[in-house]
Amino acid sequence: MSELRLTVNGGEHVLDAPVGTSLAHVLREELGLTGTKIACNEGHCGACTVQIDGVPRLSCITLAHTVEGEVTTIEGLREHPLVDAFVRADAVQCGYCTPGQVVSAAALVAANPEPTREEIRHAMAGNICRCGTYPKIEEAILSWQG
Amino acid sequence: MLLREVEYAKPGSIAEALELLASNDGARALAGGQTLINVMKARAASPDMLVDLNGLEELRGIELAGDGTLTIGAMTTYTELMGSAEAKARPILGEVCATIADVQVRNRGTIGGNVCSNDPTNHLPPLMVAVGARMTIAGAAGEREVPAEEFFLGVYLTAAGPGELLTRIAVPAGKKDGFAAVTLGADGTCICNAAASVNGSVRVALGCVDAVPVLVAADSPDGVADAVRAANLMPPSDVHASSDYRTHLAAVLATRAAQEAAAR
Repeated sequence: MSELRLTVNGGEHVLDAPVGTSLAHVLREELGLTGTKIACNEGHCGACTVQIDGVPRLSCITLAHTVEGEVTTIEGLREHPLVDAFVRADAVQCGYCTPGQVVSAAALVAANPEPTREEIRHAMAGNICRCGTYPKIEEAILSWQG
Repeated sequence: MLLREVEYAKPGSIAEALELLASNDGARALAGGQTLINVMKARAASPDMLVDLNGLEELRGIELAGDGTLTIGAMTTYTELMGSAEAKARPILGEVCATIADVQVRNRGTIGGNVCSNDPTNHLPPLMVAVGARMTIAGAAGEREVPAEEFFLGVYLTAAGPGELLTRIAVPAGKKDGFAAVTLGADGTCICNAAASVNGSVRVALGCVDAVPVLVAADSPDGVADAVRAANLMPPSDVHASSDYRTHLAAVLATRAAQEAAAR
Protein backbone atom coordinates (compact mmCIF):
# COMPACT_ATOMS: atom_id res chain seq x y z
CA MET A 1 0.00 0.00 0.00
CA SER A 2 1.16 3.47 -0.70
CA GLU A 3 -0.22 6.90 0.16
CA LEU A 4 -2.25 8.57 -2.51
CA ARG A 5 -3.25 12.24 -2.56
CA LEU A 6 -5.96 13.30 -4.97
CA THR A 7 -7.93 16.46 -5.57
CA VAL A 8 -11.32 15.52 -7.00
CA ASN A 9 -14.04 18.04 -7.84
CA GLY A 10 -12.41 20.54 -5.48
CA GLY A 11 -12.12 18.15 -2.52
CA GLU A 12 -8.83 16.82 -1.17
CA HIS A 13 -8.46 13.11 -0.42
CA VAL A 14 -5.64 11.17 1.20
CA LEU A 15 -5.95 7.40 0.90
CA ASP A 16 -3.91 4.26 0.86
CA ALA A 17 -3.92 2.15 -2.27
CA PRO A 18 -1.55 -0.33 -3.91
CA VAL A 19 0.48 1.09 -6.77
CA GLY A 20 -1.15 -0.31 -9.88
CA THR A 21 -4.66 0.82 -8.91
CA SER A 22 -6.32 2.74 -11.71
CA LEU A 23 -7.77 6.19 -11.17
CA ALA A 24 -11.17 4.85 -12.29
CA HIS A 25 -11.08 2.19 -9.57
CA VAL A 26 -10.17 4.71 -6.86
CA LEU A 27 -12.92 7.10 -7.96
CA ARG A 28 -15.59 4.40 -7.96
CA GLU A 29 -14.57 2.05 -5.16
CA GLU A 30 -12.74 4.31 -2.72
CA LEU A 31 -14.48 7.66 -3.22
CA GLY A 32 -17.92 6.36 -4.22
CA LEU A 33 -17.97 8.52 -7.37
CA THR A 34 -19.72 5.92 -9.51
CA GLY A 35 -20.66 8.37 -12.27
CA THR A 36 -17.36 7.50 -13.91
CA LYS A 37 -18.01 4.23 -15.75
CA ILE A 38 -15.71 1.37 -16.61
CA ALA A 39 -16.71 -0.43 -19.79
CA CYS A 40 -13.84 -1.80 -21.91
CA ASN A 41 -11.28 -1.16 -19.14
CA GLU A 42 -8.53 -0.93 -21.74
CA GLY A 43 -8.64 2.66 -22.89
CA HIS A 44 -10.64 2.25 -26.07
CA CYS A 45 -14.21 3.26 -25.28
CA GLY A 46 -14.01 6.54 -23.34
CA ALA A 47 -16.67 5.65 -20.73
CA CYS A 48 -14.11 6.31 -17.97
CA THR A 49 -13.14 9.77 -19.25
CA VAL A 50 -12.39 12.35 -16.56
CA GLN A 51 -10.62 15.69 -16.80
CA ILE A 52 -7.25 16.25 -15.20
CA ASP A 53 -6.59 20.00 -15.09
CA GLY A 54 -9.35 20.37 -17.67
CA VAL A 55 -7.85 17.88 -20.12
CA PRO A 56 -9.81 14.69 -20.97
CA ARG A 57 -7.99 11.55 -19.91
CA LEU A 58 -8.83 7.86 -19.65
CA SER A 59 -9.07 7.03 -15.95
CA CYS A 60 -9.07 3.25 -16.51
CA ILE A 61 -5.53 3.33 -17.89
CA THR A 62 -4.25 6.07 -15.63
CA LEU A 63 -2.50 4.85 -12.51
CA ALA A 64 -3.89 6.74 -9.54
CA HIS A 65 -0.43 7.34 -8.09
CA THR A 66 0.72 9.15 -11.23
CA VAL A 67 -2.02 11.77 -11.03
CA GLU A 68 -0.97 15.34 -10.33
CA GLY A 69 -3.45 18.12 -10.79
CA GLU A 70 -7.15 18.45 -10.28
CA VAL A 71 -9.51 15.65 -11.28
CA THR A 72 -13.00 16.60 -12.47
CA THR A 73 -15.55 13.82 -12.82
CA ILE A 74 -19.14 13.94 -14.05
CA GLU A 75 -20.18 14.62 -10.44
CA GLY A 76 -18.22 17.87 -10.68
CA LEU A 77 -20.13 18.90 -13.81
CA ARG A 78 -23.68 18.63 -12.41
CA GLU A 79 -24.38 22.30 -13.11
CA HIS A 80 -22.81 22.33 -16.56
CA PRO A 81 -25.29 23.45 -19.26
CA LEU A 82 -24.25 20.43 -21.33
CA VAL A 83 -26.16 18.16 -18.95
CA ASP A 84 -29.41 19.94 -19.83
CA ALA A 85 -28.42 20.01 -23.49
CA PHE A 86 -28.01 16.21 -23.51
CA VAL A 87 -31.48 15.85 -21.96
CA ARG A 88 -33.09 18.32 -24.39
CA ALA A 89 -31.51 16.57 -27.38
CA ASP A 90 -32.43 13.15 -25.96
CA ALA A 91 -28.76 12.23 -26.48
CA VAL A 92 -29.03 9.11 -24.37
CA GLN A 93 -30.25 5.59 -24.88
CA CYS A 94 -28.86 3.17 -22.30
CA GLY A 95 -26.87 6.01 -20.74
CA TYR A 96 -23.76 4.09 -19.82
CA CYS A 97 -21.40 6.15 -22.00
CA THR A 98 -23.11 9.45 -21.18
CA PRO A 99 -20.93 10.59 -18.24
CA GLY A 100 -17.80 10.15 -20.36
CA GLN A 101 -19.48 11.91 -23.31
CA VAL A 102 -20.38 14.92 -21.14
CA VAL A 103 -16.89 15.11 -19.59
CA SER A 104 -15.27 15.08 -23.07
CA ALA A 105 -17.80 17.56 -24.45
CA ALA A 106 -17.25 19.92 -21.51
CA ALA A 107 -13.52 20.05 -22.29
CA LEU A 108 -14.29 20.62 -25.97
CA VAL A 109 -16.65 23.58 -25.42
CA ALA A 110 -14.33 25.10 -22.81
CA ALA A 111 -11.63 25.33 -25.48
CA ASN A 112 -13.95 25.95 -28.41
CA PRO A 113 -17.43 27.24 -27.43
CA GLU A 114 -18.88 26.95 -30.94
CA PRO A 115 -17.41 23.82 -32.49
CA THR A 116 -18.42 22.74 -35.98
CA ARG A 117 -19.80 19.26 -36.63
CA GLU A 118 -16.40 18.20 -37.96
CA GLU A 119 -14.65 19.49 -34.85
CA ILE A 120 -17.17 17.73 -32.63
CA ARG A 121 -16.65 14.44 -34.45
CA HIS A 122 -12.87 14.71 -34.16
CA ALA A 123 -12.93 15.74 -30.48
CA MET A 124 -15.52 13.12 -29.49
CA ALA A 125 -14.05 10.19 -31.42
CA GLY A 126 -12.68 8.71 -28.20
CA ASN A 127 -16.15 8.24 -26.71
CA ILE A 128 -17.97 5.27 -28.13
CA CYS A 129 -21.79 5.03 -27.87
CA ARG A 130 -22.78 1.46 -28.58
CA CYS A 131 -26.44 2.50 -28.84
CA GLY A 132 -25.50 4.82 -31.69
CA THR A 133 -26.83 8.13 -30.35
CA TYR A 134 -24.05 10.07 -32.09
CA PRO A 135 -26.34 12.39 -34.11
CA LYS A 136 -28.14 13.44 -30.94
CA ILE A 137 -24.86 13.89 -29.06
CA GLU A 138 -23.77 16.22 -31.87
CA GLU A 139 -27.07 18.13 -31.56
CA ALA A 140 -26.57 18.43 -27.79
CA ILE A 141 -23.09 19.87 -28.21
CA LEU A 142 -24.15 22.21 -31.04
CA SER A 143 -26.96 23.58 -28.85
CA TRP A 144 -25.25 23.52 -25.45
CA GLN A 145 -25.53 27.28 -24.94
CA GLY A 146 -29.33 27.02 -25.06
CA MET B 1 -7.01 -4.05 -8.38
CA LEU B 2 -6.26 -5.08 -11.91
CA LEU B 3 -2.51 -4.96 -11.90
CA ARG B 4 -0.14 -6.94 -9.81
CA GLU B 5 1.22 -4.54 -7.20
CA VAL B 6 4.37 -2.86 -8.44
CA GLU B 7 6.91 -0.51 -6.95
CA TYR B 8 6.69 3.05 -8.13
CA ALA B 9 9.39 5.66 -8.44
CA LYS B 10 9.23 9.16 -9.83
CA PRO B 11 12.77 10.34 -10.47
CA GLY B 12 13.62 14.04 -10.63
CA SER B 13 16.44 13.77 -13.17
CA ILE B 14 17.47 11.63 -16.14
CA ALA B 15 20.51 10.46 -14.16
CA GLU B 16 18.27 9.25 -11.33
CA ALA B 17 15.94 7.53 -13.80
CA LEU B 18 18.85 5.72 -15.45
CA GLU B 19 20.16 4.63 -12.06
CA LEU B 20 16.73 3.23 -11.10
CA LEU B 21 16.38 1.41 -14.43
CA ALA B 22 19.91 -0.01 -14.28
CA SER B 23 19.79 -1.17 -10.66
CA ASN B 24 16.37 -2.89 -10.77
CA ASP B 25 16.12 -5.84 -13.13
CA GLY B 26 12.34 -5.70 -13.37
CA ALA B 27 12.11 -1.93 -13.81
CA ARG B 28 10.32 -0.41 -16.78
CA ALA B 29 10.05 3.23 -17.79
CA LEU B 30 6.51 4.61 -17.68
CA ALA B 31 5.86 7.38 -20.21
CA GLY B 32 2.20 8.12 -21.01
CA GLY B 33 1.13 4.60 -20.09
CA GLN B 34 -1.38 4.36 -22.95
CA THR B 35 0.28 1.12 -24.06
CA LEU B 36 2.17 -0.10 -21.01
CA ILE B 37 -0.75 -0.07 -18.57
CA ASN B 38 -2.83 -2.15 -20.97
CA VAL B 39 0.04 -4.53 -21.57
CA MET B 40 0.36 -4.93 -17.80
CA LYS B 41 -3.38 -5.50 -17.41
CA ALA B 42 -3.16 -8.24 -20.02
CA ARG B 43 -0.22 -9.68 -18.05
CA ALA B 44 1.80 -9.53 -21.24
CA ALA B 45 4.40 -7.60 -19.23
CA SER B 46 4.85 -7.71 -15.51
CA PRO B 47 7.45 -5.20 -14.35
CA ASP B 48 8.41 -5.08 -10.69
CA MET B 49 8.96 -1.36 -10.72
CA LEU B 50 7.55 1.52 -12.73
CA VAL B 51 9.92 4.43 -13.23
CA ASP B 52 7.56 7.31 -14.00
CA LEU B 53 9.19 9.76 -16.42
CA ASN B 54 6.48 12.40 -16.06
CA GLY B 55 8.52 14.55 -13.67
CA LEU B 56 11.42 14.95 -16.08
CA GLU B 57 11.19 18.38 -17.67
CA GLU B 58 14.46 17.59 -19.50
CA LEU B 59 12.49 15.16 -21.65
CA ARG B 60 9.92 17.74 -22.73
CA GLY B 61 9.88 20.53 -25.23
CA ILE B 62 10.32 21.08 -28.96
CA GLU B 63 13.13 23.21 -30.35
CA LEU B 64 13.71 24.45 -33.87
CA ALA B 65 17.35 25.09 -34.78
CA GLY B 66 18.57 27.59 -37.36
CA ASP B 67 19.15 24.84 -39.96
CA GLY B 68 15.54 23.67 -39.59
CA THR B 69 16.31 20.64 -37.42
CA LEU B 70 13.54 19.93 -34.93
CA THR B 71 14.51 18.41 -31.61
CA ILE B 72 11.57 16.77 -29.84
CA GLY B 73 11.76 15.65 -26.22
CA ALA B 74 10.76 12.01 -25.79
CA MET B 75 8.01 12.87 -23.26
CA THR B 76 6.28 15.32 -25.63
CA THR B 77 2.63 14.30 -25.97
CA TYR B 78 0.87 14.05 -29.35
CA THR B 79 -1.35 16.99 -28.31
CA GLU B 80 1.70 19.12 -27.44
CA LEU B 81 3.32 18.32 -30.78
CA MET B 82 0.10 19.11 -32.69
CA GLY B 83 -0.11 22.51 -30.96
CA SER B 84 3.57 23.40 -31.30
CA ALA B 85 4.44 26.34 -33.57
CA GLU B 86 7.99 24.99 -33.95
CA ALA B 87 6.79 21.53 -35.04
CA LYS B 88 4.96 23.14 -38.00
CA ALA B 89 8.41 23.32 -39.60
CA ARG B 90 7.85 19.65 -40.52
CA PRO B 91 4.06 19.62 -40.94
CA ILE B 92 3.66 15.86 -41.39
CA LEU B 93 4.54 15.28 -37.73
CA GLY B 94 1.51 17.09 -36.33
CA GLU B 95 -0.74 15.83 -39.12
CA VAL B 96 0.03 12.20 -38.33
CA CYS B 97 -0.20 12.72 -34.56
CA ALA B 98 -3.72 14.13 -35.07
CA THR B 99 -4.81 10.75 -36.46
CA ILE B 100 -3.49 8.64 -33.58
CA ALA B 101 -6.27 7.07 -31.48
CA ASP B 102 -8.42 9.78 -29.86
CA VAL B 103 -8.25 13.01 -27.88
CA GLN B 104 -7.85 11.29 -24.52
CA VAL B 105 -4.96 9.13 -25.72
CA ARG B 106 -3.32 12.05 -27.56
CA ASN B 107 -3.43 14.11 -24.36
CA ARG B 108 -1.39 11.52 -22.54
CA GLY B 109 0.49 9.38 -25.07
CA THR B 110 4.02 10.45 -25.90
CA ILE B 111 6.22 10.50 -28.99
CA GLY B 112 8.91 8.56 -27.13
CA GLY B 113 6.44 5.98 -25.86
CA ASN B 114 5.08 5.42 -29.36
CA VAL B 115 8.49 4.68 -30.87
CA CYS B 116 9.89 2.77 -27.86
CA SER B 117 6.88 0.45 -27.63
CA ASN B 118 7.50 -0.28 -31.36
CA ASP B 119 4.20 -2.00 -31.91
CA PRO B 120 4.41 -2.75 -35.67
CA THR B 121 0.98 -1.10 -36.14
CA ASN B 122 2.10 2.21 -34.62
CA HIS B 123 2.15 5.33 -36.79
CA LEU B 124 5.45 6.87 -35.76
CA PRO B 125 8.06 4.15 -36.42
CA PRO B 126 7.60 4.28 -40.24
CA LEU B 127 7.26 8.07 -40.12
CA MET B 128 10.53 8.43 -38.19
CA VAL B 129 12.31 6.18 -40.69
CA ALA B 130 10.87 8.03 -43.71
CA VAL B 131 11.89 11.49 -42.47
CA GLY B 132 15.36 10.29 -41.46
CA ALA B 133 14.99 11.01 -37.73
CA ARG B 134 17.89 10.47 -35.33
CA MET B 135 17.22 9.08 -31.87
CA THR B 136 19.32 10.01 -28.84
CA ILE B 137 19.62 7.27 -26.25
CA ALA B 138 21.01 7.91 -22.76
CA GLY B 139 22.58 5.20 -20.62
CA ALA B 140 25.21 4.66 -17.96
CA ALA B 141 27.95 5.23 -20.55
CA GLY B 142 26.51 8.54 -21.73
CA GLU B 143 24.53 9.45 -24.82
CA ARG B 144 24.60 7.94 -28.29
CA GLU B 145 22.69 8.79 -31.44
CA VAL B 146 21.04 6.11 -33.56
CA PRO B 147 19.40 6.70 -36.96
CA ALA B 148 15.72 5.71 -37.00
CA GLU B 149 16.31 2.87 -39.47
CA GLU B 150 18.66 1.24 -36.94
CA PHE B 151 16.51 2.06 -33.90
CA PHE B 152 13.67 -0.40 -34.52
CA LEU B 153 14.98 -3.91 -33.93
CA GLY B 154 11.93 -6.14 -33.56
CA VAL B 155 8.37 -6.32 -32.29
CA TYR B 156 8.34 -4.24 -29.06
CA LEU B 157 12.13 -4.09 -29.30
CA THR B 158 14.34 -1.06 -30.00
CA ALA B 159 17.95 0.03 -29.71
CA ALA B 160 17.08 1.60 -26.33
CA GLY B 161 18.03 -1.43 -24.26
CA PRO B 162 17.60 -2.30 -20.57
CA GLY B 163 18.83 0.52 -18.36
CA GLU B 164 18.63 3.04 -21.20
CA LEU B 165 16.22 5.81 -22.13
CA LEU B 166 15.31 7.50 -25.38
CA THR B 167 15.71 11.18 -24.50
CA ARG B 168 15.01 13.07 -27.73
CA ILE B 169 14.38 12.74 -31.44
CA ALA B 170 15.97 15.02 -34.04
CA VAL B 171 14.10 15.48 -37.30
CA PRO B 172 15.91 17.24 -40.16
CA ALA B 173 14.30 20.05 -42.14
CA GLY B 174 11.89 19.13 -44.90
CA LYS B 175 8.32 19.59 -46.06
CA LYS B 176 7.74 17.09 -48.86
CA ASP B 177 6.26 14.27 -46.80
CA GLY B 178 3.16 12.11 -47.00
CA PHE B 179 1.40 9.50 -44.91
CA ALA B 180 -1.33 7.04 -45.85
CA ALA B 181 -3.00 4.30 -43.84
CA VAL B 182 -5.92 1.93 -43.83
CA THR B 183 -7.22 1.82 -40.28
CA LEU B 184 -9.88 0.22 -38.12
CA GLY B 185 -12.29 3.14 -37.79
CA ALA B 186 -11.42 6.71 -38.77
CA ASP B 187 -8.43 7.15 -36.46
CA GLY B 188 -8.00 3.58 -35.29
CA THR B 189 -5.27 0.98 -35.32
CA CYS B 190 -3.44 0.71 -38.64
CA ILE B 191 -3.96 -2.39 -40.79
CA CYS B 192 -1.22 -1.10 -43.06
CA ASN B 193 0.49 2.28 -43.28
CA ALA B 194 3.14 4.06 -45.29
CA ALA B 195 5.17 7.21 -44.70
CA ALA B 196 6.96 8.89 -47.60
CA SER B 197 9.49 11.65 -47.94
CA VAL B 198 10.73 13.18 -51.18
CA ASN B 199 14.22 14.64 -51.34
CA GLY B 200 15.27 14.14 -54.92
CA SER B 201 14.33 10.47 -54.81
CA VAL B 202 11.36 9.00 -52.92
CA ARG B 203 11.87 7.24 -49.61
CA VAL B 204 8.94 5.20 -48.26
CA ALA B 205 8.75 3.34 -44.95
CA LEU B 206 6.00 0.73 -44.61
CA GLY B 207 4.38 -0.19 -41.31
CA CYS B 208 2.38 -3.27 -40.23
CA VAL B 209 4.05 -5.52 -42.80
CA ASP B 210 7.03 -6.73 -40.76
CA ALA B 211 8.42 -6.52 -37.23
CA VAL B 212 10.10 -3.23 -38.08
CA PRO B 213 9.42 -0.54 -40.70
CA VAL B 214 10.43 -1.65 -44.19
CA LEU B 215 12.27 1.02 -46.16
CA VAL B 216 11.95 1.15 -49.96
CA ALA B 217 13.23 3.76 -52.39
CA ALA B 218 12.26 4.84 -55.90
CA ASP B 219 13.14 7.60 -58.33
CA SER B 220 9.57 8.90 -58.49
CA PRO B 221 6.12 8.12 -57.03
CA ASP B 222 5.35 6.15 -60.22
CA GLY B 223 8.07 3.66 -59.34
CA VAL B 224 7.03 3.14 -55.73
CA ALA B 225 4.52 0.32 -56.27
CA ASP B 226 7.11 -1.73 -58.18
CA ALA B 227 9.69 -1.06 -55.47
CA VAL B 228 7.26 -2.33 -52.83
CA ARG B 229 6.56 -5.47 -54.88
CA ALA B 230 10.29 -6.05 -55.31
CA ALA B 231 10.69 -5.99 -51.52
CA ASN B 232 8.95 -9.40 -51.39
CA LEU B 233 6.98 -8.54 -48.27
CA MET B 234 5.67 -11.40 -46.16
CA PRO B 235 3.29 -9.55 -43.83
CA PRO B 236 1.39 -11.42 -41.11
CA SER B 237 -2.25 -12.48 -41.46
CA ASP B 238 -4.65 -11.70 -38.65
CA VAL B 239 -8.34 -11.16 -38.01
CA HIS B 240 -8.22 -7.78 -39.76
CA ALA B 241 -6.39 -8.64 -42.96
CA SER B 242 -4.76 -11.53 -44.75
CA SER B 243 -1.12 -11.44 -45.71
CA ASP B 244 -2.09 -11.04 -49.37
CA TYR B 245 -4.37 -8.10 -48.62
CA ARG B 246 -1.67 -6.35 -46.56
CA THR B 247 0.79 -6.88 -49.42
CA HIS B 248 -1.71 -5.27 -51.79
CA LEU B 249 -2.34 -2.38 -49.38
CA ALA B 250 1.38 -1.78 -48.96
CA ALA B 251 1.82 -0.94 -52.64
CA VAL B 252 -1.34 1.18 -52.75
CA LEU B 253 -0.56 3.14 -49.58
CA ALA B 254 3.11 3.62 -50.46
CA THR B 255 2.01 5.17 -53.76
CA ARG B 256 -0.56 7.43 -52.07
CA ALA B 257 1.96 8.60 -49.48
CA ALA B 258 4.58 9.24 -52.18
CA GLN B 259 2.13 11.18 -54.34
CA GLU B 260 1.10 13.31 -51.35
CA ALA B 261 4.76 13.98 -50.56
CA ALA B 262 5.65 14.87 -54.14
CA ALA B 263 2.67 17.22 -54.48
CA ARG B 264 3.81 19.50 -51.62
